[in-house]
Amino acid sequence: MKIGVLIKQVPGEESPLRVAPDQGWIDETSVNFETNESDSYALEEGLQIREKNGDGEVVVISMGPEGRTQKVIREALAKGADRSIHITEEGPPETDPLRTAGVFAKALQEEQFDLILSGLQSLDLGTGQTGVILGELLGMSSATLVMETEVGENSIRVKRELESGWFQWVTLPLPACLSIQSGINQPRYPSLKGIMGAKKKEIKPLPKAEIIESNVNQSITRVYSMQKAKQTEMITGDIDQQINRLVEAMRTEIKVL
Amino acid sequence: MDILVALENNSGSIHRMSLEALAAGQKLASEMNLSLSMLAMGKNGGDLAENAGKFNAEEVLLLENPLLDNYSSDGYSQAITSVLEQEKPRFVFMGHTYMVRDFLPRVSARLQIPFVSDVIQFRIDDGAPVFTKQVFNAKLGADIVSQSKGATLVSFQSAAYQSDQAEAGAAAIRSISIEMDSSAVKTQSEEPFKEEAGGVDLTNAEIIVSIGRGIGKEENIPIVNALVDALGAELGSSRPIVDSGWLEPSRQIGSSGQNVAPKLYLALGISGAIQHVVGMKGSKNIVAINKDSEAPIFEIADYGIVGDILEIIPKLSEAVQAAKN
Ligand SMILES: Cc1cc2nc3c(=O)[nH]c(=O)nc-3n(C[C@H](O)[C@H](O)[C@H](O)COP(=O)(O)OP(=O)(O)OC[C@H]3O[C@@H](n4cnc5c(N)ncnc54)[C@H](O)[C@@H]3O)c2cc1C
Ligand SMILES: Nc1ncnc2c1ncn2[C@@H]1O[C@H](COP(=O)(O)O)[C@@H](O)[C@H]1O
Repeated sequence: MKIGVLIKQVPGEESPLRVAPDQGWIDETSVNFETNESDSYALEEGLQIREKNGDGEVVVISMGPEGRTQKVIREALAKGADRSIHITEEGPPETDPLRTAGVFAKALQEEQFDLILSGLQSLDLGTGQTGVILGELLGMSSATLVMETEVGENSIRVKRELESGWFQWVTLPLPACLSIQSGINQPRYPSLKGIMGAKKKEIKPLPKAEIIESNVNQSITRVYSMQKAKQTEMITGDIDQQINRLVEAMRTEIKVL
Repeated sequence: MDILVALENNSGSIHRMSLEALAAGQKLASEMNLSLSMLAMGKNGGDLAENAGKFNAEEVLLLENPLLDNYSSDGYSQAITSVLEQEKPRFVFMGHTYMVRDFLPRVSARLQIPFVSDVIQFRIDDGAPVFTKQVFNAKLGADIVSQSKGATLVSFQSAAYQSDQAEAGAAAIRSISIEMDSSAVKTQSEEPFKEEAGGVDLTNAEIIVSIGRGIGKEENIPIVNALVDALGAELGSSRPIVDSGWLEPSRQIGSSGQNVAPKLYLALGISGAIQHVVGMKGSKNIVAINKDSEAPIFEIADYGIVGDILEIIPKLSEAVQAAKN
């Protein structure tokens, strides 16, 4: 089974987020990029399916600028992906999911994947669309919010998460494109051996500029910090003063003590 | 027709988030002087259309087709695509539900039109709507405009607009039909189910102490348990804690977990992503402790402390204990 996994690089949770002076995007200079959370789960699912099947290939695909994209790709290769495709991007990042998925569709058409896995949504843009659009463009069946997979002969049965604790099993014909929800598995860490082995694995570069063809359909005009909606009492002082005030509030205002 | 609000069908009644999308649609209609219609489909579509007819709109389109009785991504993406080709609206508004996430991007792909998803508000600028959505896990906002030559698909975040603001009125029902054959639906769906019951019920808890990824590692959970005991509270958590297997799934609070409204919700090391917030923002008092002064959780907190929970929790347990004695 040939499996493609989309992994995006996004700012790590601890990274400072500052809006760029032109307000077009964030200032990326001191940002530490990591693999998007649900994409790590998608990769793990791909690796587990390959291991269960006994053979097959896991190819990771990421679009982004040089350094940080290589970093997340290397990590995926170290965890056990077989090879990778780096769609190199210069200038501002793509923020139109129809264009992003369009680039992936063209870049991946010839691969003829049986299965493409993506994360449910990216931390930065969070459109939750890229994987689903890609599946449609490549004529694959698709399902989102996937929490379990069972590969069959020419089909795949997946457990989908619905709202407020409900689930549903759906069987899709292959080839299929799945958006993976976090929590589906426990992502592995790369082993030392994996890290060494990754150095020899392929990272195929493909310039985005040579692939992209569609017009812009939606664009971000401005990024900014949002106004606060609620009055919050920020409790200041040293830690003991903070705790005293909080306990007092619990007793006299919240009335739980 | 300018605006089409496609309704999500709750066995014949209108999904709350569709009413919110309707309120948003009516606002756009009045601000830009546009006409608005609704679309009803799925099982008991007739009842849904009748319910929709009690709201202010030009008309309610009723699409009845046995292939649409049960939801499937294949069926719904095809049906909406055909309806848009026939009716040619400029805007399609829906709630940002799990169903919409699942099929609406496919309509965007088929028709090559933008889908602006998870919108929290819009305003009119230069004669066109500017949509706002949260980016970077709710830490920043982004304004988005559409360059579509055809329709623009828009989904609204839960509670972005108020369902009780949807204006009542009378709209005529018009039946429409599209061509669809059974080979169109290639997937097979089984009955929805809930995981084994027996987990904790947090919905009646008076105090919830809830932990997020800021707790750092599983070994730190006992220090929180001490605070939970001191307060006589229940322990809850954000999703990553459950994803990591540190707490059982029934302790998860948020859109895919429990919906709670205790007297006191203590959010410890939780950033305040919307999917968490929807499950706890009804709490009477929210106390947030987070080391990042810009964490979005402070936006909905009544009391906030910027600090390290690993340092604060043990001291707070002691202080609570002392206050009780
Ligand atoms: C469809 C969908 C459904 C989802 N459903 C849910 C759901 O039901 N419930 C849910 O919770 N999430 C849900 N999520 C995930 C959600 O988007 C967030 O990823 C999640 O809520 C983040 O959890 P967190 O706040 O614990 O972690 P993070 O966002 O990583 O935040 C950790 C916070 O801890 C702070 N911190 C770190 N160390 C310390 C310290 N020592 N002291 C104090 N503060 C510290 C950091 O500053 C940060 O703010 C869902 C996502 C999707 C896409
Ligand atoms: N630039 C990218 N590189 C690799 N994968 C991506 C990229 N953008 C989006 N994806 C994938 O698409 C998923 C959904 O992203 P989004 O539509 O931005 O919410 C992500 O979780 C990734 O798996």
